[in-house]
Amino acid sequence: MARVLSLGEAIAELVHDGDTVALEGFTHLIPVAAGHEIIRQGRRNLTLVRMTPDIVYDQLIGAGCASKLIFSWGGNPGVGSLHRFRDAVQHSWPVPLEIEEHSHAGMANRYVAGASGLPFAVLRGYTGTDLPAQTDTIKPITCPFTGEQLTAVPALNPDVTIVHAQRADRAGNVQLWGIAGVQKEAVLAAKRSLVTVEEVVDELEPRPGALVLPSWAVTAVAEVPRGAAPSYAAGYYERDNAAYQTWDEIGRDREEFAKWLNDLTGVKA
Amino acid sequence: MSEYTADEMMSIAAARALGEGMSCFVGIGLPSTAANLARRTHAPNLTLIYESGCLGAKPSRLPLSIGDGELADTADAVVSVPEVFNYWLQPGRIDVGFLGAAQLDKFGNINTTVIGSDYHDPKVRLPGAGGAPEIAASCKEVFVVLRQSKRTFVDKVDFVTSFGHGTGRGDRERLGLRGAGPTLVVTDLGLMRPDPDTAELTLTELHPGIELEQVVEATGWTLKAAADLKTTPAPTERELTLLRELKKAGE
Repeated sequence: MARVLSLGEAIAELVHDGDTVALEGFTHLIPVAAGHEIIRQGRRNLTLVRMTPDIVYDQLIGAGCASKLIFSWGGNPGVGSLHRFRDAVQHSWPVPLEIEEHSHAGMANRYVAGASGLPFAVLRGYTGTDLPAQTDTIKPITCPFTGEQLTAVPALNPDVTIVHAQRADRAGNVQLWGIAGVQKEAVLAAKRSLVTVEEVVDELEPRPGALVLPSWAVTAVAEVPRGAAPSYAAGYYERDNAAYQTWDEIGRDREEFAKWLNDLTGVKA
Repeated sequence: MSEYTADEMMSIAAARALGEGMSCFVGIGLPSTAANLARRTHAPNLTLIYESGCLGAKPSRLPLSIGDGELADTADAVVSVPEVFNYWLQPGRIDVGFLGAAQLDKFGNINTTVIGSDYHDPKVRLPGAGGAPEIAASCKEVFVVLRQSKRTFVDKVDFVTSFGHGTGRGDRERLGLRGAGPTLVVTDLGLMRPDPDTAELTLTELHPGIELEQVVEATGWTLKAAADLKTTPAPTERELTLLRELKKAGE
């Protein structure tokens, strides 16, 4: 059964140095507040996983929390590049960042395999591209029935997956709607999971089509209003597009970034 | 005819390539602008599919990203990301994949990964693959839209993120790829199509006012032009008006 914890307690208990951590979300419902709490608590050597690392991953990388990134598209959606990510890959600043790179289809299937309790997934993908040469996590496989050459990718099973959702009840059942990305698969693939929610309510009003993560499938729930901002939470608030544009200016410059980091952590440089 | 920019000509030419009633897997940026313009002009029943899981999106403004709430709010259905790739894209249900690129080579191979020959020490680290490798592999055909320069149109891409025609005609078939690959490239200068025999991208149309030499100069390989090189019809007033409204509404 999921326990309802504060965000600080949940991160302290669930996220350890050296862990493989997925903070998933697909433009919608990005668990930004949880990412910031990881930075505040000073985690190191994390392997960060996400299909679409965006600005909160740029912040985690810039803050030196990550030693590896597993991803399929790293950018500031609708704005441009992630400059802290680029600085880490191209100049090892503030620490070197190893990368394990996939396509969206490959990543989605790796989570599906993880959620399914299987060691790998099969897809018709990557053929002819230079991606398989850069990682040992993309391998050819022959279909035992037709002989067709396909691609195998290993399951992703994060130590902890963190997602953001609209609501949970006091028992820790979670309700999420709108663009659901790979949140369900990432939670079910993980050893531990934390769902931050806009609000904890006495009773979950049924919403047709909403994704429900039952309490027994989640480790902890933390109530964090506006926990996805500057991304958005359908039914609660809109995406703050200006914040993504502003991040481009901050992320571009190491000194500007250091100021931002000091403001977040309360530590003066 | 009012004045128009090269970018406007590019977006309009790209929109015209999308037929009424088609389904189109849409990348963000130029492809999304073109696809949304097509819905407002000649193809109101174009089905837009975004990799965030939005099937049949009908946005009232240009989405800022593939996960824009406007796409979910106006879609026929919102499905998970594994579903959109496994059930809708992979079996070849989608007519056109509409992609952008950072680099494109003469056989339509796309690079969105790294600039520079060393993957581990790149000159420029780009965002990466996203959905493009499987879009390029699985859609019935692929249209690519990007601004043309020697920097973007190269003899050979630094990294094959998404496979076009490899090293020439027949490579796709040999690898067992099911879609036809890139059949059209739309730029701010003209249109290119793969040569029927060699699959090398060949200039088939020039945009109005553009000289052949200009396009050759902006291409990193010795560009061939089709024997019957045509001129793209200039944007109509209606196309320009609708494009400008769309761009304005997206701001």
